Order: sequence, then structure tokens, then C-alpha cells
Amino acid sequence: MKVRILVSLKESVLDPQGQTVRNALHTLGYNQVKDVRQGKVFEIELEGLGRAEAEKLIPEIADRVLANPIIEKFSWEIMET
Amino acid sequence: MIDEKILADHNLTREEYDLIVNLIGREPNLTELGIFSVMWSEHCGYKSSRVYLKRFPTRGKYLIQGPGENAGVMDIGGGLAVVFKIESHNHPSYIEPYQGAATGVGGILRDIFTMGARPVAVLDSLRFGPLDEPKNRAIMDGVVSGISGYGNSFGVPTVGGEVYFHDCYAQNPLVNVCCVGLAQKDKLFLARARGVGNAVIYVGARTGRDGIHGATMASAEFGEETEHKRPNVQVGDPFKEKLLLEACLEAMARDLIVGIQDMGAAGLTCSTTEMAAKAGTGMEINLDLVPQREAGMNPYEIMLSESQERMLIVAEPDKVDELKRIFSKWDLEAVVIGQVTDDERLKAYFHGQLVIDIPVKAVVDLCPAYRRPARTPAFQRKITRLRLPEMPSDLNQVFLQLLASPNISDKEWVFRQYDHMVQVNTMVLPGADAAVLRLKGLKKGLAMTLDGNSLYTFLNPRRGGQIAVAEACRNLSCAGATPIGVTNCLNFGNPEKPEIMWQFKQAVEGIAEACRRFEIPVTGGNVSFYNETEGKAIYPTPVLGIIGLVPDTSQVPAAGFRGAGDAIILLGENKEELGGSEYLRLVFSEEKGQPPVLNFDLEKRVQECCRQAIRSGLVRTAHDLSEGGLAVALAECSFKGPRRIGFEVKLNDQLRTDALLFGESQSRIILATRKENARKILALARKMKVKARIIGRTGGRNMVIWHRKKKVIDQPVDLGYRAWKNSIPDYFKIKKT
Amino acid sequence: MKFGVVVFPGSNCDYDTFHVLQNVMGQETVFLWHKEHDLQRVDCVVLPGGFSYGDYLRSGAIARFSPIMREVKKFAESGGLVLGICNGFQILLEAGLLPGAMLRNKNLKFLCQHVHIRIENNRTAFSQAGYKGQVLKIPIAHFDGNYYAPPDLLSELEKNKQIIFRYCDEKGKLSEEANVNGSAHSIAGLINRDGNVLGMMPHPERASEKILGSEDGQVIFRSMINYLEKKMGSGKKKAVRLVKPPVSPLPPLIGTF
Repeated sequence: MKVRILVSLKESVLDPQGQTVRNALHTLGYNQVKDVRQGKVFEIELEGLGRAEAEKLIPEIADRVLANPIIEKFSWEIMET
Repeated sequence: MIDEKILADHNLTREEYDLIVNLIGREPNLTELGIFSVMWSEHCGYKSSRVYLKRFPTRGKYLIQGPGENAGVMDIGGGLAVVFKIESHNHPSYIEPYQGAATGVGGILRDIFTMGARPVAVLDSLRFGPLDEPKNRAIMDGVVSGISGYGNSFGVPTVGGEVYFHDCYAQNPLVNVCCVGLAQKDKLFLARARGVGNAVIYVGARTGRDGIHGATMASAEFGEETEHKRPNVQVGDPFKEKLLLEACLEAMARDLIVGIQDMGAAGLTCSTTEMAAKAGTGMEINLDLVPQREAGMNPYEIMLSESQERMLIVAEPDKVDELKRIFSKWDLEAVVIGQVTDDERLKAYFHGQLVIDIPVKAVVDLCPAYRRPARTPAFQRKITRLRLPEMPSDLNQVFLQLLASPNISDKEWVFRQYDHMVQVNTMVLPGADAAVLRLKGLKKGLAMTLDGNSLYTFLNPRRGGQIAVAEACRNLSCAGATPIGVTNCLNFGNPEKPEIMWQFKQAVEGIAEACRRFEIPVTGGNVSFYNETEGKAIYPTPVLGIIGLVPDTSQVPAAGFRGAGDAIILLGENKEELGGSEYLRLVFSEEKGQPPVLNFDLEKRVQECCRQAIRSGLVRTAHDLSEGGLAVALAECSFKGPRRIGFEVKLNDQLRTDALLFGESQSRIILATRKENARKILALARKMKVKARIIGRTGGRNMVIWHRKKKVIDQPVDLGYRAWKNSIPDYFKIKKT
Repeated sequence: MKFGVVVFPGSNCDYDTFHVLQNVMGQETVFLWHKEHDLQRVDCVVLPGGFSYGDYLRSGAIARFSPIMREVKKFAESGGLVLGICNGFQILLEAGLLPGAMLRNKNLKFLCQHVHIRIENNRTAFSQAGYKGQVLKIPIAHFDGNYYAPPDLLSELEKNKQIIFRYCDEKGKLSEEANVNGSAHSIAGLINRDGNVLGMMPHPERASEKILGSEDGQVIFRSMINYLEKKMGSGKKKAVRLVKPPVSPLPPLIGTF
């Protein structure tokens, strides 16, 4: 089973990397870009799990290891089973 | 079948191919051809440079290991040895600045710890195109981040180096990285596959398809399509390298290793053939056992992969288990992939079939050496002729302009991205003439510097080479250090062009002569040819890395003025020499004339005088004069002290004022000392037949220079400081929207 | 006193810290290997700088799961003195021994330079040898030192006087410029509620010898030694002083297998 987990900074936390990218895009003339938030993507392959178990495990991994809940939020999706 | 296209892809000529057939007695298969092509590339085989490199002096008082090993080694007494080397990673850094520079650091670190030394310092010489071009800024940003990302994580301080900007590097940036290591003298290791029947062990990262043919790429000129050669660039993993360092040093300390070689350019190919050839043995390996990161790799890919953070170890069979335990302690793989044989051949099996069977000596020692034609470039006479322009009326303006030139201005933007203090030895921080490391528990210390002026070398390659050596030694002398050993990185254009070959030959002769005169051996280094893009070569750029020994670290002077009221002493003589100066280049866009004259006897006396003055404990500040001349050197002393402080200097030389202020005559050093000690230094200079005089004193808030009773420079220190300090950061200011 | 310096595979200030504790401060010092479960009865644990396990995920994120950290947590919870320097501070945050988190420096660059920090509270085991308002010159070297905490946590930290060091200028004044990495409330060092766990981004071990340009870092080590000596009773301390071991320019072998 392939899972994609997206980790990014919470809205309340300043994201200078995203801002820098936004500024760079503006410099290049892409003024339509209103905001950029930068994050991390994890592609995880799971083995020997049913969907229900996976749906329990994924947020646990994300919350415990992949994201730091103080500054980051995460979302996830199952890509293929 | 090997056809012309395959040969061209491998950068081999038909003659070279015929020689290969002759040496192995049959047509090589594609894997074998690949092996020859990397080992006989310019990068590994030094085929255009070898005949000239022989001119370097390679013997010396402190020498333990000269050229031919992974790095040079000098004895520094007390059972300790210094291991050091410089390497270029120019082409990869152009294609992918971050990874190119990062793996450049990784490669040179491995060269050092392969020998049994712990890396204690990195210095780098970086050259980019002018910063007003966004692409050049992006390259510089990537390179600096790459060096920082790798070195900081690994835990080696990046303590110094140089950064220089010129048009000629816009399409061909130079990234030369020098690493210095410290070892127990009785625990040095060589790349030798000794002992028939000994195990051949692969350790470190797994092999992937990265970097295949990096070594041949580094030996080809850039064309338009090179921009898309990205897959060739390797990715570095500094954490893995740190583990590899600790595991290797531990295995060495426990006497488990017979020979060891890192897998750098040409990976498994280079390490297997070289270790066997140097020991007069052979090697038999099973490619199926090589740890692989990707599925379905063929022998060609496995042998030529340049995946990073890998080493090849030869060990006695009964030591293998303990070796494996040490590597697993550091969470690394160690896999026996073969054994040492006595037939002087490299044999490799893949899926049960013999796929490589070649004599190692042919690969390693019989690479052809070329004495390529050399011819003085037609432009040489034109560029050395200089008609001096009229002196500008406002020298204060020129002074500020020079301070703000990125070639002279402060490089803190660069070096504060490097951890330059880890290992708690860095006494003199980046930005001084030379970096100085204390050795814990010892009175003595190490000084090190990189130097090279490519404009001088362009105008007069021989003298450029000489001055690079002289100035590097002068930098060390300003820290009170005696130069003991040399490494060099020679960056040039396409050696198949006679004009480039002439530059190379001349520069090498200049360096060789200077090293002989300073009595310091060349312990190795690196040649980087083909630094050309679309037929346009860089200026010839030899970079000299020289190591010095500081007998007493408590006497190391500061690079800046330490307080008001000190006497400023000038050692050496001012001459009317403006050829090749930063002043002419910046103000008049003139890159012409002869670089300053170098008199070895005078230079040596000035340096010796400086060192003795420092060792008498009288010197508070020492700084050598280089780009920008006397005025810039004085200003740098003003800026670099614990507190910014002005000076007032009075000169009466019978010279053009601009030449006096900004000329770059050699063999000059500024010293500052307490007023009451100045006479002692003058007496010492007199004794050593060095011209020395008090030219002024420190103090005040302005930088003031008088020439023949006329005030020619008068600028607030703070104003000059801002020009000098903000120049580079201003180019990188993030634009807010 | 007996100090333990934890060694993760990517620690690179472990020998630096060991050197200062043993050779400069004259304390018995041992290395604590990350795979071990034994704290060797040390009086104080130091988590040194470096890149613990490569720090590719987040600085200090993996280190908190190591065997030795389980012991360090227990040690801290029972009142043992724990100092986290740089990466050590990041690990303490990730492990939940200190509150808050680290973001990238505000200029998005690694920063290695001398900074000034001001002692905000000298009534702790880590700062008692200094005085309130004292300015120390100590270097930093990090990429992720931009301290973050939500507003309510920040006001709690302020209220409880848990902020021990703040970035300031040479004269002790706070400013945006002096707060080089962009930390909330200019926080450079932070203590837990119980006062036995301190994390700081600046490296006191890099500023403990005159030859390296500053000895201000000794204030922190001296504070800890004084505190421990008082706590253990002063009678014992002279008796356990060791013969000064020879100082080696090269680190020894570290860790067990």
C-alpha cells in the first residue's frame, strides 16, 4: 500500500521559506501568486495491513515522528492499495 | 563492437584504444573499456600534466609522504603528522552547485581519513562570475550552502580560503576544496592491497547509478548540452560520511586494516586497480556481492558508479569479523566482495561469469603521458604592454570603491554559513591572512592558507605561479608560522590547445621554482583541465595550499589593529607597480601590464623578519599586502580588530600616489606594535637587511594617509567599513514585495 | 563531579564538550554511547551539539527515540541536571523535556558567529555564577535555532522566569538585529519548570578558553559545578579530584560494541 503524507507548518507559524519562494515568483512576474507555504512530502510503502489498520497507523506515525505537532500539521492520502 | 562513437563517448582516441588492445592482448569488452576510459582520463591519469608535474620539488625536512597517495603527509613532531590535500570539483558545481560542492567536500574528507587522519580543517578557494548576474549569485549561493551543508554536519570546521569574482568564471566557476587532517605518525595507512588471500571488503553507502562517468565528464569541455547532464552529479550524505570516518578510524586504531582506499572518482574501478597495482598484487571480486541501491545494475554501472561515502578495505581474513562488528556499531555495512590474488590482474565475476579480466598495471601505470605542444598566445605581448592611465582626481572615492569591490570586501556572508569553530581549535577565524589552529595540550599550532591570483597568472603565468607560492607563505608568516608543505590545485583550460599548455607549463615552472626557493616540498594536489565553455577558457588559476607550523600559539598576532597609539611599521619597499592590480581592473577596466616583480631573496628575508618579530613577542598586528595594496591593507587592519580604529600614515616615497596607495608590489607586510617596542623591530629588520620604517600610528576615527605632505586619503573608518562590509550581502538582500 | 557527555552517531561537539569539562574545568567526564542504557552514575548529563542522527527529518527528531534518551528522561524526571547545547537543545525540545520547537533561522542560512547573550535569571543551577543582566560573548552555529512557542506558552515562560538567556547586543540591549536567528522573545536559553533541565543554542564549550577568544562560557559550567558541589555537600569534593589526565589533540575511541 502506498501512502503519501504531507507535512507543513501550521498557518500560525511564520514560513520564511514559503515567503522567499513567493517573493522570487513575484520577481519573475508571477504576480498572481498570492501565497506559498512550503512543506515536506513522505511517500511510504506499507505492508501486511488492511485499510482500517493503515488508517489508524498513518496518523500515529505522522503525529509521533514525521511532524512536530507544535509547529507542523499533516494530511495524508492512500495512493494505491 | 567498439566503434568510433563509443570511443568518442569515452573520450578515448583511436591510438589510445589500440594501446589498450595491445596491453590486454585482445579487444576489451564495454566494461573494460569503461575502466580504461576513466583511469586514463585526464582527471585520474594526468596524461597532459604528468611530464610537467615532475618538476615540483618533492623532498623536504618534514616530509613523510609525497605525491602519489591519497594525500601528502608532513611530520610535525611529537608523534603527530599532518595530512592534507586540495581537490577541484569545478564541473559538478556548475551543473548542480549544492551537490557539486557538497560532494567535493565529501571527496576530499575521504582522501584525508583514508590515510588514518581525522580531518581538522577545510579551506576552499571559490571563483564565480560577477555578482550582478543572478545566475552567478545562484551558483555562489548553492556552492556555499553545499560546502556548509556537508562540512557542518560532518563536523569539520571550514576555517578559511578565498572568494574571487571575474567574468572568466561565469560559465566555469571554480570550487577547490582543501582538507587538513591530523594523525598519529605511527598510524598512517596507505592504499595497498597487500597479502595474497586477504579479504577485500566494501564498506559504506550502497552503490547506485549516480555519477557514472563523472571522471570523464570532468575531463571534457562544456558545450551547450552539458546543462542537461544533471544525472551525472552525485548526491552526498554527510551523516553517512561521519559514520564512515568514525568506523574507519576505529578499525585503524584497532589494527584491523592492511590497506584502504576511498571510492571517489571512478569508484570501485579506481580503488580495486590502484590498490592492487601499488602492492604488486591482483584482485578478484564478485560484483553480485557489491551492496546495491538500485535493481538491475550491470557490471559497467557497478564498476563506474561514483556513489559517495564508500571505501574499499583490505584486511586479513581473521580480522573480518571484528571489522564487521565495528562497522555495525556505526550502523554501516561491511561486505567481503573478494580477495587479494597474486596474478596482478583484476578479475570480476557477475552472475557467475568472468566479466573483467585485465592487468592492473596496464590500467594504473601505463596511461599514456603526452608532451602536448605549447605556444605563447598571440595576445600575450599585447596584454603585458601597459600605458598607465592618468591618475583620478578623487583618490578617496577610489579607496571606497576598492573596499567595496567583492574581491576585496568582507566575506563574512560566506564564512558565517560555515561552522568554522567546531572541534574548538580555531584560534584565528576566517578572514585573516591564514587560519590558525591550536593543538589541544600542545604549545605549537598549525597555520594554513590558500592563495592564487589568476589575473597575475594570465598576464605572466610563470610569475603568477611564483607569487601564489610567495604570497601563501607570506600569509603564514603573518601568523608567525614557518611554511612546511604545499598542495596545489591547477585549474586551466583545454590542454589540447597549445596556448593553454604554455600557460600551464609556465605556471608549473614558476610554482616549482618558488617551492625550491622556499624549501617546501609539493606533496600532491590536483590538475583540473578543460575549464572552458564554448571555447572560452578561464584565466589560468593555480591555487596554492600551504601548511605552516606555529611554534608558540600564544604569540599569534591579530589581523586587525588592537588599540590606539600603536606604531605602524611597513616591512619591505613600495614600488611603482600597477600592472595586474585590482585598482586598474576596477577603476579603468584594464587587465594589463606585468604583475609585480618578485625577488625571492628579499621576499624570504621579509618573511623571516616578520616571523622573528612575532616570535620575539613584540607584534600585536600583522597583515600582508596584496590586492588593493597599502591603503586597502591598512583599512583591513582598521576593520578587523576587536574595535574599529583609525590610523594616520605619512609617506614620502617618490612614486605616483595611486601606485603608492593601491599598487601591489610584493614582499611587504604591515606590523603594528606598542610604540615603545617599535625600535626593537626596526633594529631586528636592520640586522636582517630588510627595509623597515614606522609609517604612522593607530588611533582616531578616520583613516588618514599623507603623501609628501599632502593629505591624499581621509575617510571615516565607519564609512569605509560599511562599504567593505555590505558589498556582498547587498547583492543577496531578499527583495520584499 | 562526574559529567556524562552523550554521544549520538552524528554528534560532533562531543569531544569539544568533553575536553572543556575534563581539561579546562577539571571534572571527571565520561562519554555516554547512544545505544547504551547505563548513565554510569553521572551527576550531570550534557547533550552536545552536532547532527545526532543526520537530522534530515528535523533537528533532534530521531535522537529522542534512542536507548540513552530513555535513561536521560528518567534522570531528568528524578531531578538530575541536564544541559542541552545546540543540537542538544533541539533534542530536549523534541523529547518534550523542554517546551516549544525550533524553526529555520530567519535568514534561512546556517549561522556561525559570536553573539552576545544576557543572563535573564541567575537563580538557577546553570547561571548562578553569573549576575542578572550580565552579557556573555558565546558563539552560535546552527541552522534551526529560531525558537518558536505559541503566545500563551511564551507568556508562561516569561512569568515563570524560565527564559535564562536572551540574544542581545554588546551592551546588553535587545534588538531585532541582535536576535540573529529570529527567536521568539530573543530566547537563546530556556529552563524547565523544575529548574534542572536547560537548553541553549549558543555553545559555551566554544567560549571557555582564552586562546579561542572568550571564556564567558565557563559561567555556565562553573554554575553547574557549584550547584552540584553544594548539593552533594562540599566535604566530599576534594577527595574525589582525579589526577589530571593528559590532554590529547585527537579524541579517543568512543562507544562500545
